[in-house]
Amino acid sequence: MATPIDLHEVAEREREARFRTPWRTKVCNSTACASAGSGAVLGAMRNLVDEEMALDVTVVPTGCMGLCSAGPMVRVLRRGGGEHAYGRVDSEVAVQVLRSHVEHDQPVADHELDDEMPFFARQERIVLANGGIIDPDRIESYVAHGGYSALEKALTTMTPAEVLEQIRLSRIRGRGGAGYPAANKWSLLAAADGDTKYVVANGDEGDPGAYMDRTIMEDDPHRLLEGLSLAAYATGAGHAYIYVRAEYPRAVERLDRAIRVARRNRLLGRRILDTDFDLTIEVRIGAGAFVCGEETALMASIEGRRGTPRLRPPYPTEHGLWGHPTMINNVETLANIPAIVGRGGEWFASIGTPDSTGTKVFALAGDIVNTGLIEVPMGTTLRDIVEEIGGGIAGGRPFKAAQTGGPSGGCIPAEYLDTPVDYDSLRELGSIMGSGGLIVMDDRQRMPDVAKFFMEFSMDESCGKCTPCRAGTVQMHHLLDKITSGTGSYRDVRDLENLCAVVRDTSLCGLGQSAPNPVLSTLHYFKSEYDELIGVDDA
Amino acid sequence: MTASKDPEVARPRIATVWLGGCSGCHMSFLDTDEWLFELAARADIVYSPIADVKAFPDDVDVCLVEGAVANADNLELAHELRAKSKLVVSFGDCAVSGNVTAMRNPLGDPRAILEHVYVEAPDRDGVVPGEAGIVPELLPRVQPLHRVIDVDVFLPGCPPPAERIVAAVEALLAGERPKRSGESIRWG
Amino acid sequence: MMRERRRTLTVSFDGVEVDAYVGESVLQCARRHQVDIPSLCFLEGLSVYGGCRVCVIEVAEDLRLRPACATTVAADMEVSTDSPRLKAYRKAIVELLFAEGNHVCAVCVSNGNCELQDVAVHVGMDHVRYDQRSPMRAIDASHPKYLFDPNRCILCTRCVRVCDEIEGAHVWDVGSRGQQAVLTTDLNQPWGTSTSCTWCGKCVAVCPTGSLSYQGTAVGEMHHDPKMIVRLAAARRGEWIDPEEYR
Repeated sequence: MATPIDLHEVAEREREARFRTPWRTKVCNSTACASAGSGAVLGAMRNLVDEEMALDVTVVPTGCMGLCSAGPMVRVLRRGGGEHAYGRVDSEVAVQVLRSHVEHDQPVADHELDDEMPFFARQERIVLANGGIIDPDRIESYVAHGGYSALEKALTTMTPAEVLEQIRLSRIRGRGGAGYPAANKWSLLAAADGDTKYVVANGDEGDPGAYMDRTIMEDDPHRLLEGLSLAAYATGAGHAYIYVRAEYPRAVERLDRAIRVARRNRLLGRRILDTDFDLTIEVRIGAGAFVCGEETALMASIEGRRGTPRLRPPYPTEHGLWGHPTMINNVETLANIPAIVGRGGEWFASIGTPDSTGTKVFALAGDIVNTGLIEVPMGTTLRDIVEEIGGGIAGGRPFKAAQTGGPSGGCIPAEYLDTPVDYDSLRELGSIMGSGGLIVMDDRQRMPDVAKFFMEFSMDESCGKCTPCRAGTVQMHHLLDKITSGTGSYRDVRDLENLCAVVRDTSLCGLGQSAPNPVLSTLHYFKSEYDELIGVDDA
Repeated sequence: MTASKDPEVARPRIATVWLGGCSGCHMSFLDTDEWLFELAARADIVYSPIADVKAFPDDVDVCLVEGAVANADNLELAHELRAKSKLVVSFGDCAVSGNVTAMRNPLGDPRAILEHVYVEAPDRDGVVPGEAGIVPELLPRVQPLHRVIDVDVFLPGCPPPAERIVAAVEALLAGERPKRSGESIRWG
Repeated sequence: MMRERRRTLTVSFDGVEVDAYVGESVLQCARRHQVDIPSLCFLEGLSVYGGCRVCVIEVAEDLRLRPACATTVAADMEVSTDSPRLKAYRKAIVELLFAEGNHVCAVCVSNGNCELQDVAVHVGMDHVRYDQRSPMRAIDASHPKYLFDPNRCILCTRCVRVCDEIEGAHVWDVGSRGQQAVLTTDLNQPWGTSTSCTWCGKCVAVCPTGSLSYQGTAVGEMHHDPKMIVRLAAARRGEWIDPEEYR
């Protein structure tokens, strides 16, 4: 058995190595930047450094820096302080940055980004703390930034009950959508009978435009492993799964590697860090079904069966994987755990609002200047997110609506821009927090089209088990199709409203129950657009 | 039943229409036997496939519509009868649900079906019948009557049994809505 | 009868108090007391599926609807089986079923002996408000003895469950998803080529519609026999029950 990693030594060594060279450039190699060409940027920089030994710079690939609309992003750091951010870097600009900034200390003004701009300055990063900072493929990089110190603290100085108490104090709610208090789930699993218990990380992120969980899994995989380990320790589970959708091959690859490395360093497996705590973690890959984000369908899929939800009760903590008590947490929830255990539940609870503590990661998308990944304290107003952090609507057009919660959420109109973004405020507005997709729309978007888009999504993703969701989403989509194509009537709108109630109230799982939300919220806030399409006056 | 405005013609005016169906519902209507005499004593049949009337008349009180809406003529007549009738009854399963007439819908484009039947079949003369003004154009999809016009009463059954027809028409003549529950609404 | 010794508690259906056995479902209890809650996917003796959603009920003031088949009775539970909301929802669900398949009663082997037809009558469905989807679904007539017509299938999965749970063959399963969901035999091969099918016919016996039938059956001639399975499943459990109590 290998000796466990000496976290302090590794961190020390890593920190010393950090400024072996006076300059460091970090290249965002997250999926968004990679698809914008960060691979070429990285290659160009490395080639130049290899060719010219005089260039005293280290080139490091990192995870997501956040501002995806300005990708590929590069950061230049100087020993002793000083950091510059660059956007829209291609291989030519990359060479320019090395030549001008690194060689002659002359920043390249054309591509420089203002680090004080609200997009960067207004964020508070817990989950994404390492984004754009560490090299996701190197455990040393994570450890040097405090990684695994919470696990070490928990295993060596805290009982499982004490860990759970910190989660309770943090009042963190599930980041997957519904916002169920995490500590309640954890307590149920901790109290469940049985020698075999499971914890599962739900990485079946499926909302259109959302990529919070993908980024965590790809760019900071050890944070998820540490969060899962803490969850397993607190609840008495000896085995964990990370359920990742098949569309995230990079996340699977990075997690697999992280698990291997963690095992080698005795951060997983038997007698973790020489304590009595054992844990194995396995990655399970979904087969491309949105519904597998639902707990019971996810479990069926892990067991190798058709991914359809089943009736609850019994709940997973009573009867989960292969009949054993099981707890399923969203990836972002688990990624918060190391910080909560490390810095204390009360610290976490001081961030955000009393009922929605901590921060939330959002994938900002749509008709907005700054699209990308942001992390803000709960309770930040929609206006701050859209106008400040997001930089306002692209092209200076008026804001029309913000869509949160994906196919289970709703559209929030301009008059509610000052609403604090937290679980309960969004619910009151007929939307939900969801997993963190936030699509901003300008005045050109027709809301019935938006409703139809999401209904098509729900219709395609319905598993087909229960009648209202399987057949009801088809009929609702058909009615929306008629209405948006201008051939609908007031009766179609009435039938649509009735079907919304039927599907919402009688569907088996959350997918069906929430599928009408985009329709209901647009009917509520933008009824006149429906009326126009069916040729009815406002009167 | 509210009578016509003119006291001279206070007798209820009944029409029966045959759209895309097999005429079985009308057979069942005839199966009401001697009740037809009672009906004739109380009401006028002003339009029907069993009466030689060319144009659909105005001021119809009750219109029983057999058959689904399958072609352009059906569609035109459906709109006309709706405009000229106080109460429209979907009479039998084809009018109510499309039924057998609508079984072509899963096959898609009716032109492909005609092609298959009249051209590709070995014992035909290889021509799709299409006399302008005589053979009506098939609609892309066969529709139940209520998907095309407003329908007031549904009288399912393939065909609706004679007793069901009598009960429904009697109720309508008495100014009531027929029962919409129990066995009286069973399809098939 | 074993039943006599079972512990009881009191529940009420639409204000009428009745005895319920501890552990039984609301639907089972209702059936014993001739309280008619319509259902389609439920069959006594098979596992509870909860997919058709026709048996939804309300419990006391709780706004959340629950399927009666999957709700266990509790002491003093006040069940509403027939509120205006439930009636409207059930009717809508049955209409959705009729709109999604190709249910042409007039030419169906089960015409007159069909649970879907019966439920439609029960909920008062005299027409379907929704658009007929008219899907194109191929019939599987490859089995020498039986015939599967997916046009009449409502995906209740009674056949899947009886084949797996009672016969132990697991010939049937559900393939694809959403509106494309369809029953499959073996690994989506023609039923007639199935090497796992035992020809026992239990799937045909439990089918609530004309989807599974005997080869050569004409319109209205098909009589299914789900009660045979109810009896068989009870016998397997070592119980005797009166199948007339159950559908």
